[in-house]
Amino acid sequence: MNIFKCVHKVCTILMETSRPIYIWVLLLGIFIFPINIGAQELVLPKDSIITINLDEVILISARKTLDYHRQPKPLSTLDEYLESSKKVDMVKRGAYAWEPTLNNMFSERLSVTIDGMRIFGACTDKMDPVTSYVDVSNLSQAHIASGQQGTEHGNTIGGAINLELDRGNFKETGLYGGVETGFESNNQMSVVGAELNYSNSNFYLDTDIIYRKAENYFAGGDEEVEFSQFEKYNFSANGGYKIAEDQALTASLIYDEARDVGYPALTMDVSLARAIIASVGFEQDALWGSLSNWKSKLYFNKVTHVMDDTKRPDVPIHMDMPGWSDTYGFYSQAALQAKKHQFLFKVDGYYNKSLAEMTMYPNDPNELPMFMLTWPDVRTANGGVYAEDELDLNGSSLKIATRMTVQNQNVADEFGLNSLKIFYPEMEKSKTRFLKSISGQWHKMWMPWHINAGLSYGDRAPSVTEGYGFYLFNSFDNHDYIGDPGLANEKSMEANTKISWEKSKFKLSAEANFFHIKDYIIGEVDPSLSVMTIGAEGVKIYKNLEYANLFNTSLDMEYAILPELKWSGLISYHLGTDNNGGNIPFISPFSYRSGFQFDNRSFSAALRITGSGKQVNYNPAFGEDQTQAYTVFSLTFGKTFKFNNDSMYAKFGVENIFDENYSTYTDWKNIPRMGRNFFLTLSYSIN
Amino acid sequence: MKTIKLGLVTLIAAIGLISCSSDGDDTPKNEVDPLAEFNLVTNIEANGHSLELYSEGKTGFTTGYNELFVRIKNNADDTYYANPEITWMPVMHMMSMNHSCPTSELSITDDYDTVAKGYIVFQMPGNADEFWDITFTYEVEGQEFSVTETVDVTAPSDGKQKVSVFMGSDDVRYVLAMVEPTDPEVAINDIQAMLFKMESMMSFPIVENYSVTLDPRMPSMGNHSSPNNEDLTYDAATKSYNGKLSLTMTGYWKLNLKLLNSTGDVLKGEDITDENEASSLYFELEF
Repeated sequence: MNIFKCVHKVCTILMETSRPIYIWVLLLGIFIFPINIGAQELVLPKDSIITINLDEVILISARKTLDYHRQPKPLSTLDEYLESSKKVDMVKRGAYAWEPTLNNMFSERLSVTIDGMRIFGACTDKMDPVTSYVDVSNLSQAHIASGQQGTEHGNTIGGAINLELDRGNFKETGLYGGVETGFESNNQMSVVGAELNYSNSNFYLDTDIIYRKAENYFAGGDEEVEFSQFEKYNFSANGGYKIAEDQALTASLIYDEARDVGYPALTMDVSLARAIIASVGFEQDALWGSLSNWKSKLYFNKVTHVMDDTKRPDVPIHMDMPGWSDTYGFYSQAALQAKKHQFLFKVDGYYNKSLAEMTMYPNDPNELPMFMLTWPDVRTANGGVYAEDELDLNGSSLKIATRMTVQNQNVADEFGLNSLKIFYPEMEKSKTRFLKSISGQWHKMWMPWHINAGLSYGDRAPSVTEGYGFYLFNSFDNHDYIGDPGLANEKSMEANTKISWEKSKFKLSAEANFFHIKDYIIGEVDPSLSVMTIGAEGVKIYKNLEYANLFNTSLDMEYAILPELKWSGLISYHLGTDNNGGNIPFISPFSYRSGFQFDNRSFSAALRITGSGKQVNYNPAFGEDQTQAYTVFSLTFGKTFKFNNDSMYAKFGVENIFDENYSTYTDWKNIPRMGRNFFLTLSYSIN
Repeated sequence: MKTIKLGLVTLIAAIGLISCSSDGDDTPKNEVDPLAEFNLVTNIEANGHSLELYSEGKTGFTTGYNELFVRIKNNADDTYYANPEITWMPVMHMMSMNHSCPTSELSITDDYDTVAKGYIVFQMPGNADEFWDITFTYEVEGQEFSVTETVDVTAPSDGKQKVSVFMGSDDVRYVLAMVEPTDPEVAINDIQAMLFKMESMMSFPIVENYSVTLDPRMPSMGNHSSPNNEDLTYDAATKSYNGKLSLTMTGYWKLNLKLLNSTGDVLKGEDITDENEASSLYFELEF
């Protein structure tokens, strides 16, 4: 407990310091200094090359390893899994469909993919991030890469989240299955799931289904958060067939549907959010002699999103806001091993159609409905090549990666084009952009020290909303947003470093990254424009800021008190400013987490503390107010029971033990988070 | 006009086809009707003639700007007179008085010498006790004829205001009528209006070189307005006032106007502010 108290004290001190960054610099300095005097050079062992990536992997599926006891909450939503990442923060507009942010950057600056497949939400108000269209039952892990290290599947500024599908992979496991169920007390969420899989060396087929239903949740102090209910089900099938010893065909299908989803932070709910995600793939061990691991995939996905305000009392005007996003794409990749090089080559492309409309029904029934296209059927055609090389430099390693992309966007709907021409009379129907990324990541190890450092440059095209959005209401800052098709690409220059120190019982790593983002895209008020949404304060147009700077740093510690008992702690600090020194919205205040984990394979227990300091750097111009400090505690217990060949795993826990009423900087309009919550999950696996 | 030109092309093409076709085909050459695509608004039978009045979009006479095409048929041989000289005089018979309304001259169209074109701006609809009639005076084959026909003038089917009759602050009575857009779109539309001065009960000359400011609003959307509108200025070629009208969505729009004379004095209308939601001078659109 001493360590915990000590860390807590450090946290408190840091929170009270107005400029904790100096302490950080000091801390980093202390850590860096001894390298020059004490470090011994050591040749890298071959398998440690993966440490060159500062990627984070979050295990989602436990079934392969039966590692249930490692999971804090096995049947929690994917959102909760992602939130457990050290780099990801989730923006909450309700209890469902949280939006992941990485390095304090949102969807439009990230590349979020499902098994490398591009997919785009169909909601103009970001009520359906890509991550809301899969469930934990579909996935094996989430791969999180920061900054330009995430360009394998697409151009990005902030990083990438790739959700990897869980699949059998031609193992001789035969027929096996499992059932899972979970219940949470706070919002009476019940979850039932089942899976049935078959796999042999020639063929595999995995199927799973999961259903969740939740009522309104209660914030700390028994405060009911109205319109926070949701219901969803998800089905997936995944198969592979070996057509030859070195060739396989694969296919996957996910059907995900959510209904009656409440968004307490927004003025509208969702009556339907549906995605069909399908792919066929071909894999071959070798290609043209020297290339290996050749993988190709053809995919399509279709997203339908229907907003609904009929259950809300006192809406100034009723409206329908459906949106559709269809994406067709492919990729093909192969690896090449050559002496000290490890290459990966990839070509990919996709075609996306984004269309969204809004129909408002005047209170006077004799008036005709008011109709507009909020996404004017934008057709995005994107094709790119990606190459990376992991280079062994005798004692250190260097990874160089580059992506070149050409992207064309075309406004297919005349009505939509004419609408935008009201603002941009000279605009062209079609616009082509060239996007590029290059990054270098270097790693060196002097036992017990690891040093990682990287420099990179990358850019991105404006999103459909930023380029072509038409009167999109943002309830956070209470403004209507209009896109600008003429926006310049956003360009990021990025530097990152990580220093870690590892002894048998103690691990410590300090990490920092800095983004200098030129032509940062953000909405700026145009006082000459008249609001469309009743009650909105003004209209913003997406503009390129001259630049913005983002800085993220964290210190991560782990100490094994006993072989079964570990303590871990993480503190992080973030800063984001524009070219005038003003704060950028949605930048995390100083935050921390700490916990004890006990695990002896059959029984596990964990105590976790998460919290953050009072938000110091915020910007009222973006609707932000100061978020107060908070600390929440949670406690979980898990136990594995064996029955002959089968096993059952039970997990019980309580989150937010002291029923704190709090909200974080990512909570849309300060909706409070869930209060005390008891959960129980049972997983039964039949082998 | 486009339709007429298209009609002409069709006519020429048809003639071409006919002349190439077999000799057994004796279809009359004037079969193609230049006004086939138009609506026959009224047909006046008098003096052995039929006066046919056509409109491009409307099926009847409505308050506001009415563009009309007129031709005279000789009932004896079903042919239309070329280059007829026609004048018209609409009169409103009110309970207490009679008055006319702004009209143009009827001039022969460029494409067809049998069709004359002009407009009438009815300021008000007829009702049970009050009605409009139009007196046509025309000369064909060197002889002058006259006919007066009662016409039914109604408010536009959507009930929206397309014309405004008002007393300016200069104590002159004006008539302001919207000509375009007849088919508004979510886009930047061309807006055209005509301004007349009521000189007497029977005389309504065009007013030149004034200007009309434009502020379109959606009262149902908290008086939402649109960007990049252009005020209406006088165009001597068309004798009308032209500007740009942005409509950001479909629905009901109130086009708030202000009339300024050539020295910039406001003759009618007010600015839209938080306190003043609408101008007393306006047009309406719903689509």
